[in-house]
Order: sequence, then structure tokens, then C-alpha cells
Amino acid sequence: MIRVQARTEPSTLMTFASPFLAIVLTLIFGSILFTALDKDPIQALHVLLVLPLSDAYNISEMLVKMGPLLLCAVGLSLCYRANMWNIGAEGQLLAGALGGSAVALMFVDSESFMAMPLTLLGGILSGMAWAAIPTYLKVKFNSNLILTTIMLNYIALYLLIWAVHGPLRDPDGFGFPESALFSDATLLPVLSDSGRVHLGVVLAILLALFAWFILSKTHLGFKIRVYGADEPAATYAGYNAKGISWFVMLFAGALAGLAGVSEVAGPIGQLTPNISPGYGYSAIIVAYLGRLHPAGAIIASIFLAILYMGGDLAQIEMGIPIAVVGMFQGVLLFFLLACDFFIRYRVVSSRENMA
Amino acid sequence: MSETLKNQSLKPRLELLNITKQYPGCLANDQICMTLMPGEIHALLGENGAGKSTLVKTIYGVVSPDSGQILWDGQAVDIKSPSKARDLGIGMVFQHFSLFETLTVAQNIELCLSPTQLADIGNLAARITKLSQDYGLNVDPDRYVHSLSIGERQRVEIMRCLVQSVKLLILDEPTSVLTPQEVAGLFNVLRQLSNEGCSILFISHKLHEVTEICHNATILRGGKFVGDCEPANETPATIAKMMVGDLAEQDAGYEKAHGEEVIFSAQSLNLAAKHPFGTSLKNVNFELLKGEILGIAGVAGNGQEELMSIISGEDNRTLKGVFTLDDQDLGTLSAGARRRNGLAYVPEERLGRGAVPEMSLSENTLLTHSRGFVKSGLVNWKAVKDYAKKLISDYSVKCHGEFAEAKSLSGGNLQKFIMGREIGQNPKVLICAHPTWGVDVGAALAIHQALLTLRDQGAAILLISEDIDELFLLADRMAAVCDGHLSPVVRTEETSIDQIGQWMAGTFINANDHAEATA
Repeated sequence: MIRVQARTEPSTLMTFASPFLAIVLTLIFGSILFTALDKDPIQALHVLLVLPLSDAYNISEMLVKMGPLLLCAVGLSLCYRANMWNIGAEGQLLAGALGGSAVALMFVDSESFMAMPLTLLGGILSGMAWAAIPTYLKVKFNSNLILTTIMLNYIALYLLIWAVHGPLRDPDGFGFPESALFSDATLLPVLSDSGRVHLGVVLAILLALFAWFILSKTHLGFKIRVYGADEPAATYAGYNAKGISWFVMLFAGALAGLAGVSEVAGPIGQLTPNISPGYGYSAIIVAYLGRLHPAGAIIASIFLAILYMGGDLAQIEMGIPIAVVGMFQGVLLFFLLACDFFIRYRVVSSRENMA
Repeated sequence: MSETLKNQSLKPRLELLNITKQYPGCLANDQICMTLMPGEIHALLGENGAGKSTLVKTIYGVVSPDSGQILWDGQAVDIKSPSKARDLGIGMVFQHFSLFETLTVAQNIELCLSPTQLADIGNLAARITKLSQDYGLNVDPDRYVHSLSIGERQRVEIMRCLVQSVKLLILDEPTSVLTPQEVAGLFNVLRQLSNEGCSILFISHKLHEVTEICHNATILRGGKFVGDCEPANETPATIAKMMVGDLAEQDAGYEKAHGEEVIFSAQSLNLAAKHPFGTSLKNVNFELLKGEILGIAGVAGNGQEELMSIISGEDNRTLKGVFTLDDQDLGTLSAGARRRNGLAYVPEERLGRGAVPEMSLSENTLLTHSRGFVKSGLVNWKAVKDYAKKLISDYSVKCHGEFAEAKSLSGGNLQKFIMGREIGQNPKVLICAHPTWGVDVGAALAIHQALLTLRDQGAAILLISEDIDELFLLADRMAAVCDGHLSPVVRTEETSIDQIGQWMAGTFINANDHAEATA
């Protein structure tokens, strides 16, 4: 007889093996999917996972996609560590793009060295402001954070669409829903000649390391972990629950806002209606795949970025629909949650009970 | 006692043969055998973790044993579920009652009866009233459960078993929530049931109760059967010896201390309950003196939890001019600020509140003790670890080391650790709830010593416990709570268990109101 039994303590091995197991299962699922689509699964997986890393240009494009994913995921990891179920990274990212663009458009004809820092600041503050709304509702009225953050994602999206059709539209743009191109002084510096890797990617990695430092070395980080692991203990110890909630949410908002503004002031160079292919949502998967650890998020964001890149390439090279990327992400999260079950449980076969 | 037994048939009501139950990482029951005759009151004794709960859950069909056999009236039975157990005539009163507070007594009882049983009974309310008179249970079928005291709720649970014509009644620590007077009432009911041929299996920690009422006793230790005895021929000390393995030093008493200087006071504390079924605090006044232990007795749920959480600040409502610590108004500060002002707290729940289960002991040290370990926001983990190691050795906490997760420790060892952590902050005032609840005798002794040492260093201790014996042993002054009222505070040597017991039942309340009215 095979049955499921609770482990006496969570398995450390499974905690780390689970993401890899989930990835393997996702690839197996993908192979079946591609076969069903009459595509050669080996070739498809090659295009999806290996081609994005095949040359310097592709790698730099992959890093460009990794930046916003990582920024959002690091913020979310801290939120989830503190039991704040923030699903609003997408909205905070869009708010950051919108707020940053508003600042950037003031510098369209300027060469000021302050243009770029002020644009970034505008994006960060906008992201924080967007995160502050659900946090206030949660702290003050105990509203459901998941619902408010999701709803604010839509509000942010339509606010952005309204802005590019209205006040921020380029007056000389023949009516296209786009802002004017940002000035060179506003754009994030590009790091190498061969690609589009910009300062934002470096900032993302530095901020991930900074978040790691906060969690492991500071008293505040310790309080965040206690608050998430055992709220009654945090109350008993006299920790300031509101302060912790505000910190993680504003930190996440700032990072997501930075991700947004880094897109418009980075690879895109202007405000358009299509800022994000769902980075804020994919970041939830990155956060969990990275075990809610900022260092794990670095690795996981590389994987998801490869998947984004690979999806584009698969569409170009093999005519595989781009929806496959979303499906892969969903299946990956599904398998990850399923594999996480075995951190706390194990399957045992008990023959002695058959007697 | 033995004569009533002889009158019964000689066929055992219940026989357990080699019951074994293995949990992950713990052999809860190892080849346990036990026999219960009709009409016998049988005690099941053992320290926490000895396997008593597992064994009775096996009998009641909650847990299925890995091996072994259960014989009921001589027939081998497989008790798959509690409803099967009830069909056989086995009733159980759990430590934590399973009653719906928003329903009446009769509705609660009706819930666990099958349609055929209900048809047999006919008028349930009349049956309850009749049984209530027969056994002196004083249970009104139409009252709502939330309006009942703990003792009354327990009687509803017993009634629930009686309605089903119970042949074996299992009681899990029934007296832990009762006043001494209520305990006497319960014992009368049990004796009457026993005389009528109902077998009773009685789990208790309180040895004098066992010697008073039980015919036979089975003693478990570490999941194994270690012996049985006739409690009437034993003393609490000899039974305790069988339970813990060596003679537990039941200290006759520690020296009482006299404090002079007031360090903490609560004046006219009135506080509405936060939860619909919580207890409101009504005009509570007391003072804590340096170098003294104030013990507060009371049956659980009479306002102790509310009192502790408003003093500690976990209940974050601010009260102006009610609490003073060292002449400072404490009631407006946050829980964290109260700690920084010299308040420490050992809560009732150790795991999940006093300690984070998934965190190591060094992390759990930092949970409340951060002074000296945090510099400009950064944690000095090396120093925390060294200090945790010191706590572990100073308080002889049995564990793998300072990296061990809190949940891997036994209750007693975790309690010693939490106690050490709170005392290590040199508090001016320590609030301590049920310090030795579920703790083995050796650890209890260590915890008592630690409390007395802290007292002798000049701290004031507020000790809240349901264990009257412990309060008399440790407290220098005593009071009792009942329904959110606090009784007068008296010196321990000037009072008696009887008086405190009456106060726990609330006899002081009217007298107090009267005194206030005339004053």
C-alpha cells in the first residue's frame, strides 16, 4: 500500500530540489505539447531554452528581460516573507513607467545631468505611491490585499493607456498613442555596444543583493521573517506589524516602479501602451521558484527571461504561438506547487500493514 | 469501593491487547495492555507525551492502532470511527470541548445522535431534564452554550454521553478546568455512574484526585506500560515515583518573601472583551512589589488571557492612567516599548507564540532579546549564538544545539529555554502564565528555582496558573479571578485552598460590590 505521510520536519533537500524537479516536469510536459502541435520537441526546446544563450546579442536581450523580472520578484519575495500577498507588482511597474515618463517628458529638450536620476526617482516614487494605496487599505481597514492589488493592476493599466492617448501623447506623433522620444540625457546608459543591456539590469542585481543583506543581517529583516513565519510570536515580541507591512510594500513598490521606469527610459525610450508583457505577474513565479530568497530570485529570473526570449525566437523560427510562453509559466508554477508538497510530506509504501 | 466492584459481572468491559501506534519519529504506544471491568473507575497516568492521549483516541476510534487488539465485552472489535465507538457505548469528554457556542444545550446534544437514537429518546429536552435531576448535573436544555461556565459545559459533554446510555466514559483531564468545589461535584457524578455499572477511564495529572476516586490505575511512561496499582493503597508520592521513574522531590515549600516597594500597579482596570465570547475585565486593581511573586488563581477563561495581553500590550488598545511601571504610564506604550521598559512575558502557548516553531533557538533568542545584539540595525549573529548556547547550558535545555528548531524541543525544554530568555533580560516585572503546564517534574523544579532566583534578585513576578498547588508553593501573595473580577489580594500563608477555591467560584464578587456601595 502506498500512502502519503507527513514528514517529522520539512525536507531541506526537497526545498532546493523542488524547483529543478518542477522545471524537468515542465519540459516533459512541453515536449508532449510540441509533439501534439506537430513540432519537433527537441528542436522546440532547443529554440526555447538554448538559443537565447547562443550569442552575445541574445544573452544581452535575455538580461534586458531579466532586469524587470528580478526587480519585481525581489520586492515580492520580501512581501511574501512577511505574509503580505501583494499581487500588484504589475500595476506598480506600470505606475512607475507612467510617473517616470511624466518626469522624462519635462526633459525632452534638455541635456541636464539631473534628467536621468529625476526620471528614475519619479518612477520609484510612483511605484511606491501605487503600492501605498492597498497597504493603507489593508492596515487601516484590513481589506484583502490580493483583491485590492489585482484591481489596482487594471486601474494602472488603463490610467497608462489614457495617458498615452491624452496628456502624454506626442503632439508631433500623428495621433499615435505614444509619447515623444525621451532625450538622450534621460535614457539609462547602455553598458556594451553589442546589445541593449542598461544600467537598470545592474541596479536590479545590486538591489537583489541588498535585499538579501536586509533579510539575513538586519534586525528589520529578522522581524520580517518572524512576522511571516509566526504572526502571534511577532505580536508577542512587540514588533510593529504596521511598520513591517509598510516597509515591505513600499520596498516592493519602489522596486517595481524602478522596473517600470527602467523599461521606458531604457530599451523602449518612450511611453507606449505596451510596456510590460506581464513582468509583474511572472515575477510571482520567479519569487516562488527562487524560494522567496533574493539570491534564488536572481537564478529564477534568468530562467524566466530565457523562457520569454525563447518564446519570441520560437515564434520567429518555428511558428509556435507566443501563448506557449504563458502556458509554460503556468505549468511551471503548477508543478512547483505540486513538488513543494513533498517538502512537508513523503510517500511511503507500508507492506506490514497489508497483513 | 471494592465491594461495588465485586457485585459486577466478572467479564471485562474492555480489554486492550498489545496496542502499538507509531507516529513519524515517535513510538506513541508500545505493546500496551489494559483491562477495564464494568463499574470500574480506572486512572490512566503518565507525564505529557507518555502516550495517554493516543491510547484513549485509539479506544474512541480517532486513531487506528498499527497493531494490537481491542476486546469489547469479550468480542474483538475494530473501532474505525468515533461514531462506531458511540454505537458500542463509548463516550468521551475531551479536554477541549467540542460544543457550538451559538446553539443551545439540547441542540448540541441532538447533533451527535443518529435518527434512530433520537426516535428512541422521543422528547430530548425531557430526557435531559430527567438525567440532569438523576445525576445532579444541573443542565438546562434550553440555555445557550456561550452563556455557560466551563464547568457547566463539561457537564453538557457528560450529558451528551449519558443520553446515549454510555457503558464506558473516557474523561481527558476533566478536573484541570474546574474549581475545587466543582471537582467534588464531578466526582459524585462519576461515583454514581460507577455504581450503576458504567466504566470510567480517567486521565489526570493530579495524583491526589486519582487516589481519591479511582479503583485502579495504569501508568505509562514514554509510550510503554510501566505498571498498575490500586491507588487506594498508594500515596501520591509513590504513584509519582512510578510515573517519573525516580522519586520526585516534592518540595514541602519555599521560603516566602515580603516585598515593600511598589514597582507596577493596575488601577480601576475596566476593559470590554475584544471577542464576543471573551471576558470583560471589571474594576481590576492590584500592585506588584519588588522581590515578590503575586499568584493569580482562576479557572481558565475567566479573564486571565485578557489581563495578560492588556498588560503586555499585545492587546493594542491604549489605556491612560491605568498601568504604571516605575511611575511611568505603561498603558500608552506599544508592546515593544513596554518590553524596553523592563517588562518580560512568558506566555501560555510556547510554540507559535513564545517561540517561532521553524526558527532556531538562536533566532528565537533574538525574538525578544535584542538588547546588545543589534547595532545600528545590524544583528551580531555570532553574539546571539554564543548567548543562546549559554542559555541552553545554564537552563539545561535538552536539544541538539543552538541551531535546533524550536519545534524539535519537548514542551518542558522549550519552556526552560523561553523562561531563561525572558529572565536573561533582567526584567523589572515578569508576567508568567502557566509556567509548568505539561512540563515534567524535573523541568518544573528547574523552572520554579529560576522564578524564585529572579524574585530574590528584586524583580516582581505576576504568576498566573490554574494549578492551585503550584500557586501555593510559589506565590507570596495570592488572588483569584472569576468572570473578569479580581478578588482581594492576601498573603499566601494567611489563606487556604478552600478560600481561594471559593474565590475562584466568585463568592467575593457580591461582597466586593457591597463594600463599594457602602464605602
